[in-house]
Amino acid sequence: MSNLGKRQFSNVIAFVACTMATAVGISALFAILWVLLSNGIAGMSWQVFTQTTPAPGSSGGLSNAIFGSVLMTLMGILIGAPIGILAGTHIAEYGRRSALSTVVRFINDVLLSAPSILIGLFVYTMVVVRVGHFSAIAGAIALAIISIPVMVRTTEDMLNLVPGSIRDGSAALGAHPWRTISSIVYPAARNGMITGLMLAIARISGESAPLMFTVLNNQFWSTDATRPMANLPMTIYTYAMSPYADWQRLAWQGAFIITAFILLLSILARSLSSLFGKHQSSGE
Amino acid sequence: MAATPLYLSTLRREARIEGIFKAATYISAWTVLLLLAGVIITLIVGSWLTITKFGLGFLTHSKWNPVEDNYGALAPLYGTVITSVIAMIIAVPLSFGIAVFLTEICPRWLRRPISTAIELLAAIPSIVFGIWGLFFMAPVMQRSVQPWLIAHVGSIPGVGNLFQGPPYGIGVLTAGVVLAIMVLPFITAVFREVFTMTPKSLKEAAYGMGATQWNVVWDVVVPWSRTGIIGGIMLGLGRALGETMAVTFVIGNANRISSSILAPGTSIAAKIASEFAEAESAAHTSALIELGLLLFVLTFIIIASARLMLLRMDRGKAQRA
Repeated sequence: MSNLGKRQFSNVIAFVACTMATAVGISALFAILWVLLSNGIAGMSWQVFTQTTPAPGSSGGLSNAIFGSVLMTLMGILIGAPIGILAGTHIAEYGRRSALSTVVRFINDVLLSAPSILIGLFVYTMVVVRVGHFSAIAGAIALAIISIPVMVRTTEDMLNLVPGSIRDGSAALGAHPWRTISSIVYPAARNGMITGLMLAIARISGESAPLMFTVLNNQFWSTDATRPMANLPMTIYTYAMSPYADWQRLAWQGAFIITAFILLLSILARSLSSLFGKHQSSGE
Repeated sequence: MAATPLYLSTLRREARIEGIFKAATYISAWTVLLLLAGVIITLIVGSWLTITKFGLGFLTHSKWNPVEDNYGALAPLYGTVITSVIAMIIAVPLSFGIAVFLTEICPRWLRRPISTAIELLAAIPSIVFGIWGLFFMAPVMQRSVQPWLIAHVGSIPGVGNLFQGPPYGIGVLTAGVVLAIMVLPFITAVFREVFTMTPKSLKEAAYGMGATQWNVVWDVVVPWSRTGIIGGIMLGLGRALGETMAVTFVIGNANRISSSILAPGTSIAAKIASEFAEAESAAHTSALIELGLLLFVLTFIIIASARLMLLRMDRGKAQRA
């Protein structure tokens, strides 16, 4: 075979291999979704949303776990988002080139991929040990800490997309930086920041390792945030590992609910951000 | 003095809010740093009991005995490293293939759906990978993959030892496979990004010399993005090392070091997750937190060097542009 022939041959082989790798990746996603769908839809009824977690052998639902997860995710994002947005604002606006921003940017990127179990241990030592018992508040703090790096990253990225000229325009009218940022820059970056918020919610609503050391779980309906509270990830963990068929079925249903929520949120965030990207490139 | 004109009070108010807002952003930026410092300090304080009691001996043996309060980290440490290495061996070539497919081969209209599908894999929570791994992947491994490996690879001298023993289904290999799927989207994303940074002129010059598309990928794009590729691999490794729930489901939670990767084992994160609630003695809790400290040091070094490499890559691009 000629040199050219050999090169063309390896070209075909390599590209077939790459296409197959992509097929493997896609089928992994569909294998997960298919298994989730077939196990999660089975026996799904309103009962899952209206009844609390059952004792083994009796019937029930996941209402207390869903409530706990929603509450802790909301509390987490309410604590985490303002800190993340303000920190992102600092490194994108006030301290653009300061040494502090360089360090914060780097450490934030490290925290973004740091194991979430360590955040759980941190909050356990700082809150749970001091208070003396597990609580939904401790869980919300752990989730807030996990959401902060996501918010910092997206806020900085989105603020950087806003052209500097409109900041100058605002400053020329005599506005203080805070006025420029809150009335000009934030509105211009609004879609992107909402995307970041949605991604942060998606990220923390499925977290389980940190909850294990902070809220634990609760078999009963509870709205007391200073006490252990039921939540979906821990319920899925306990029920999936249990030998009872009823519990395992509920674990699948919980996994289905949580994944459907997160995937829908991610797709929504994605379409919003592409909309934002179009606006940017068309010079709006 | 006459009443202050309205505009003056407005100006003062604006200036006051400016001070408050600026301070708030400053404090928030510091919070990010304090969080990291807080994690380090609490891990050291929380494990001080066993750090002083066992010293470096903690790292050198694999006994884990809560009754006698004697703890060694070797088994979970080994499990963490070996599952992550297996995950990398599977995920890196796949991610490379997907990244090449998406940047070079894929028709434009198909690019968005496929990249979205791969990225969605990253959004699926760890616990869902866990339950999927336990009820779907482990039986598949037990029924088809592992018996095949035992029959065909198990008898080859040298590597055969890795694939011996009964097919448990759950175990080190299954954990590695599930981890591979989990880190795949992260590595793919970095690869894609660094591949597209390759200057067009370099690629066009190669095509002008008669290079095939694969020649361009392998001899131009890959060497140019080498730093970024290594950064992406290390980022994936950092994620794999600390992954908790999915591994806890499928690794088997056995505190031992087996020569076979089909056997059950444990990892640092899985051990902390499965034992923390039951730890009764102070030394047991302290030993588990020391495992956490170990995990922190390991992942911090790897993720930090990965980020530094990717940063260097960015800077290189900026200079060329």
